[in-house]
Amino acid sequence: MTDVVAASAPQGMPAVDVGDAHRTYVLRLGDDNLILAQRLGEWISNGPELEEDIALANTAIDLLGQARALLTHAAGLAGPEQTEDDLAMLRTEREYTNLLLVEQPNGDFAHTMARQLFVDAFHLSLWAALQESADATLAGIAGKALKEARYHFRHSSTWVTRLGDGTAESAARMQAGVDAMWRFTAEMFTADPVDEAVAAAGVGVDPSTLWSAWDDRIDAVLADALLARPSDPYQRMGGRSGFHTEHLGHLLGEMQWLQRTYPGLEW
Amino acid sequence: MRERAFQALSRVVDPEIPVLTIADMGILRDVTVEDGRVVVTITPTYSGCPAMDMIRDEVILALDRAGFAGAEVRTVFSPAWTTDWMTEGARRRLMEFGISPPHPATQPRGPVVCPQCRSQSTTTVSEFGSTACKALMVCDRCGEPFDYFKEI
Repeated sequence: MTDVVAASAPQGMPAVDVGDAHRTYVLRLGDDNLILAQRLGEWISNGPELEEDIALANTAIDLLGQARALLTHAAGLAGPEQTEDDLAMLRTEREYTNLLLVEQPNGDFAHTMARQLFVDAFHLSLWAALQESADATLAGIAGKALKEARYHFRHSSTWVTRLGDGTAESAARMQAGVDAMWRFTAEMFTADPVDEAVAAAGVGVDPSTLWSAWDDRIDAVLADALLARPSDPYQRMGGRSGFHTEHLGHLLGEMQWLQRTYPGLEW
Repeated sequence: MRERAFQALSRVVDPEIPVLTIADMGILRDVTVEDGRVVVTITPTYSGCPAMDMIRDEVILALDRAGFAGAEVRTVFSPAWTTDWMTEGARRRLMEFGISPPHPATQPRGPVVCPQCRSQSTTTVSEFGSTACKALMVCDRCGEPFDYFKEI
């Protein structure tokens, strides 16, 4: 566990080992999907209608499957001793490297859909680029994840449009959701030394190169939805180096409870 | 040896769609023999397919029963699974089972046919259904709800 922490280079720190960066990079992508899957899972039995309950659970299980593949790969890069379960269940909040966006609470359905739209639009470009990764395992996971991201995006963008271009109540709540999640979007496109090292090695992609395609997609959806693009320039970051909002600890408390209470317990 | 292993695996069905075998589905990618041991390669339909563990167990069990002890199952993600790998026979059996089969993945989706009355006038209720691979539909003519196996 401790070497995972060491591999998460703090922002602004120069020269990182390429092997460490590779593992950290895969771990970050796995963390994003695991945490978002856990959040979406909180909707199960609480969805606004049965079909939507199922849709959110479907999306969650796709993300969880991708997370398992990514965490298994990250564990394999760390050595034969580590497993996906060690990474998911035995790391603390400071050791998690997910984006702040994915750990944000579900809020109302509009908040959840704003968060999902921002992530799905990012994933479309991310997985498309990673299909060309020099890491064949990562490229394979990306090729599969891309197919799933396409219908995730279709689902979230349809809802944002329907709610934005809906009643006065739905439009106000959709705008509030977009405004609340907006401050966590720049983090997706901010490169640090880990990103730079994996991009140079052909393993990963510099996230700043994914921004303009994301921006075009989001602009198009917001225009269709008759929603205003947020103008607040304030942006929060820190998830990639383990500095999270207060919400992640609570999420992990619930997710890891069983394994922490009964260490080593298996089905 | 490889042929006999293939034979044994021809009876392994998809636990969520028991009218189709894993070969029909395109989940079974390869069977090889390495150092006298059978190695089976499978691929998930969707990343989060919860049936993969069960399919792996069923493969090992089927081979064990056929006399191939200690088989190994490898899971690959690439090339990514597509409904285009489904055989014609599989599509026909899906329809008979009550699930409308997928269209070709690379073309715009044609009309989805109702498996009950064969009407082409059907409506999507939800893009997401009882499993990751299915959408929920309803027939405009006979009024029956049904699953549609989405192309991917």
